[in-house]
Amino acid sequence: MELPFFILFGAIAVGGAIMVVTRRHPMASALYLILSLFAVAALFVLRQAHFLAAIQVIVYAGAVVVLFIFVIMLINVPEDRLPVERVTAMRVLGVIAAGLLLLESAVIARRFAMPRIPANDVGTVEAVGRALFIDYLLAFELTSVLLLAAVIGAIALAKKKI
Amino acid sequence: MVEPSAYLLLSAILFGIGVVGVVARKNVLIILMSVELMLNGVNVAFVSAGSYLGDATGGVFAFMVMTVAAAEAAVGLALLIALYRLKETIDITELRILKW
Repeated sequence: MELPFFILFGAIAVGGAIMVVTRRHPMASALYLILSLFAVAALFVLRQAHFLAAIQVIVYAGAVVVLFIFVIMLINVPEDRLPVERVTAMRVLGVIAAGLLLLESAVIARRFAMPRIPANDVGTVEAVGRALFIDYLLAFELTSVLLLAAVIGAIALAKKKI
Repeated sequence: MVEPSAYLLLSAILFGIGVVGVVARKNVLIILMSVELMLNGVNVAFVSAGSYLGDATGGVFAFMVMTVAAAEAAVGLALLIALYRLKETIDITELRILKW
């Protein structure tokens, strides 16, 4: 029963991602980014990672993309002042390099054999919380320092006069 | 049951699309969104590997990646606002005052 849902949500995630990088206006990209992130949250549910799926919707779709939309509306670049995308040799080379990277990682993904340990509940709030607060407590506490630094940095950068 | 390599392949595809967005677009906002796509593709690999291996560490790593992504978005957008105030453009090819 997992396979049809995997194909459906995987196709939505990839399609949304393609739309993100091809839209001209950033607002359309932001809305397609929400679509792609929701599809990835559904894939997390398929893998029984319910906690991560909830965090994905709340933090990514709920906070990060809303922040993007705020900034898009705040700076509000007029339609005729959006950057004109021109096809140059360097950019074609860049896309070819990205394609090669994709090919390489696809080959690695095909060859990577993972042992199957069936019927586990590692994605629940309890399991993730246990790992987070016992095995990785130091990393978790350092995360708060990172977020504090990001908050102070964002305020210092965006403020006109400090 | 879906093969583990199918999830890794999907993760690689999402990452690759993000790389294309970073190298091929000029709009700084879309480049930042493509970086989010790349981080999200990595999260797919972490969560599926953790689930297949029966280890909660994959979920913890994905959690850390999400934190870093949120911090990166906040600082990146603050930089973008400061730059827009200064140069009135979001075209990455015009933002090259550090380039000689």
